[in-house]
Amino acid sequence: MTTRSHTAPANPTTSGGTVAPASGPGTLVSDEVRVVGMVWERELIRYVRTRTRIVSGLIQPVLFLFVLGYGMNGLVGTTGGFNFRQFVYPGVVAMSVVMTAMFSALSIVWYREFGFLREMLVAPVSRVSLVLGKTAGGATVAAVQGTIMLVLAPLVGIRLTPLLVVQMIGLELLMAVAMTTFGVFVASRIQKMESFQVVMQMLLLPMLFLSGALFPLNGLPGWLAVITRVNPLTYAVAPFRQVIFAAQHMSPAARSRFPTNVTLFGYALPIGAELTIVIVFALVFFVLAFRGLSRTE
Amino acid sequence: MSVVADGPQAQAPVTVPPAISVHGLTKRYGDLVAVDGIDFSVAQGEIFAFLGPNGAGKSTTIKMLCTLAHPTMGQAMVAGMDVATMAKSVRRHIGLVFQEQTLDDQLTAEENLRFHAVLYGVPHRLVEPRIARVLALVALSDRRKDLVSTYSGGMARRLEIARGMLHTPKVLFLDEPTVGLDPQTRALIWEDIQRLRSEEGVTIFLTTHYMDEAEFAERIAIIDHGTIIALDSPDLLKASVGRDTVSIETTDDEAALASLQAAGYTVERSGTGLTAFVPDEEAAVGPIVAAAGVPVRTVRAHRPTLDDVFLHFTGREIREQHGETVPMMARVRGARRS
Repeated sequence: MTTRSHTAPANPTTSGGTVAPASGPGTLVSDEVRVVGMVWERELIRYVRTRTRIVSGLIQPVLFLFVLGYGMNGLVGTTGGFNFRQFVYPGVVAMSVVMTAMFSALSIVWYREFGFLREMLVAPVSRVSLVLGKTAGGATVAAVQGTIMLVLAPLVGIRLTPLLVVQMIGLELLMAVAMTTFGVFVASRIQKMESFQVVMQMLLLPMLFLSGALFPLNGLPGWLAVITRVNPLTYAVAPFRQVIFAAQHMSPAARSRFPTNVTLFGYALPIGAELTIVIVFALVFFVLAFRGLSRTE
Repeated sequence: MSVVADGPQAQAPVTVPPAISVHGLTKRYGDLVAVDGIDFSVAQGEIFAFLGPNGAGKSTTIKMLCTLAHPTMGQAMVAGMDVATMAKSVRRHIGLVFQEQTLDDQLTAEENLRFHAVLYGVPHRLVEPRIARVLALVALSDRRKDLVSTYSGGMARRLEIARGMLHTPKVLFLDEPTVGLDPQTRALIWEDIQRLRSEEGVTIFLTTHYMDEAEFAERIAIIDHGTIIALDSPDLLKASVGRDTVSIETTDDEAALASLQAAGYTVERSGTGLTAFVPDEEAAVGPIVAAAGVPVRTVRAHRPTLDDVFLHFTGREIREQHGETVPMMARVRGARRS
């Protein structure tokens, strides 16, 4: 039993290289940037690798666009060459961005259950970097998914212009950032995978239904109008419809039949106000998401 | 015997500071004292095990040393840094392998390692050589491009050990590294651990409640109810609770007793025969049978085990539900010898 006596360990510098101690604050900043980039890259790798997620992420919008779209058409009819499918298209794009962003963010719950979250949280890096990378990754993935939706535009009679494509990608990114930070915050409060379904059913679906994605928000009964105005998603969905409709040739009759504005206290909100609300929402939830993750250890 | 042994440290050159040194380390959760003023130190390059039943304070201690829990009182220095005031630097210089798996199974082994390299600030030019190096250390080089979801439990655990070594830590912490694995895999992991120590010179601190595994450590601290009740090398711990014995039953115990005493053995009558106390049970069997002078019916040789040590210091057995430990022990030893 003497084989375990103290053998002098080999000099570590002779084998495979050693890690120099981090030197100076400049190094640390670039290290944090590397972390953001890596968390982002990981999100993209996972997205590309799970093709089922890409496909399933497309099924729901397609159902809404074509099945619900054709179904409602008989009821809503065509006004000035414009119909329900064209009305609902911006909402469906927004929904696919929201769903993808939330799924990506809520995968944190999955890592928590399977321990990977711990690998990130115990690392000697700032949690701000982790949340930033996660947000950037989720947002990129969601914007990609939303951009894939642009392919469907001609099929429902939506005219795409180069400006509109740029505007839509910009809006998708903004909305995706907001929803990912919101999702990361929610995920930081969830301990179990079972709660994931509950969140989707009790939080996300109501938010989507009350956002104006599927029907106009004007002329609703008072109580419903209040809920839709409190829902932050409302202010993320409306700009999509505004930029898309601005690019269409629509008759005045069609414009009044399918309104795009959200009215608050009798005023139609300008797009800038809506975007400001979304940006504030994103910032608030970024801070909350960071706090939520800091709490976990 | 001394509780805070200073065997290997005393032999180490004075100029080398210990990899871990702990003084009066205490952790309380409300009224519960999880760790109660423990002192110990671990020399650089040592394999040091914390042995104790579940709930003894092992995990709490490892959490404090890894800066994941704040000590209520006392001081712990890891790699020369105070865990309370230099948490981030400490984390950069330690490797952690948790009890639960913390790999991303939708990424490949290589991607998991690259991710870790970034999290721990491994300089860009060193990432590739280090990945190749640590994968070779745990013999997973050929599975480098495979998704972790295709790995067996044992492979995943070995990949985690490799990952823990990626940023060239000074101390590698392993919390119950072999729990839930089959005997062959556990043997492989022990080979990995010993290879890491000899080839990378890393200090290894691990916790276990498997007695047979603690045998592989150079020193063992037995912890129970938050205090260290014994600390020494496995051999010295075993020697402290008793000597090797050879028990025989003969056709004529009276005659055998007289012959053995005449031959210089310390012999006692035991339940069904005679028991001789010897320095080395294996070596003594032959001579004792020869010296008995009468036909010997049965022979049993026994060397104190860590189970005996644990029983001696705590008054109870550790091995509750681990029926597999005994065959396991034989298996690992066999593997090590080959």
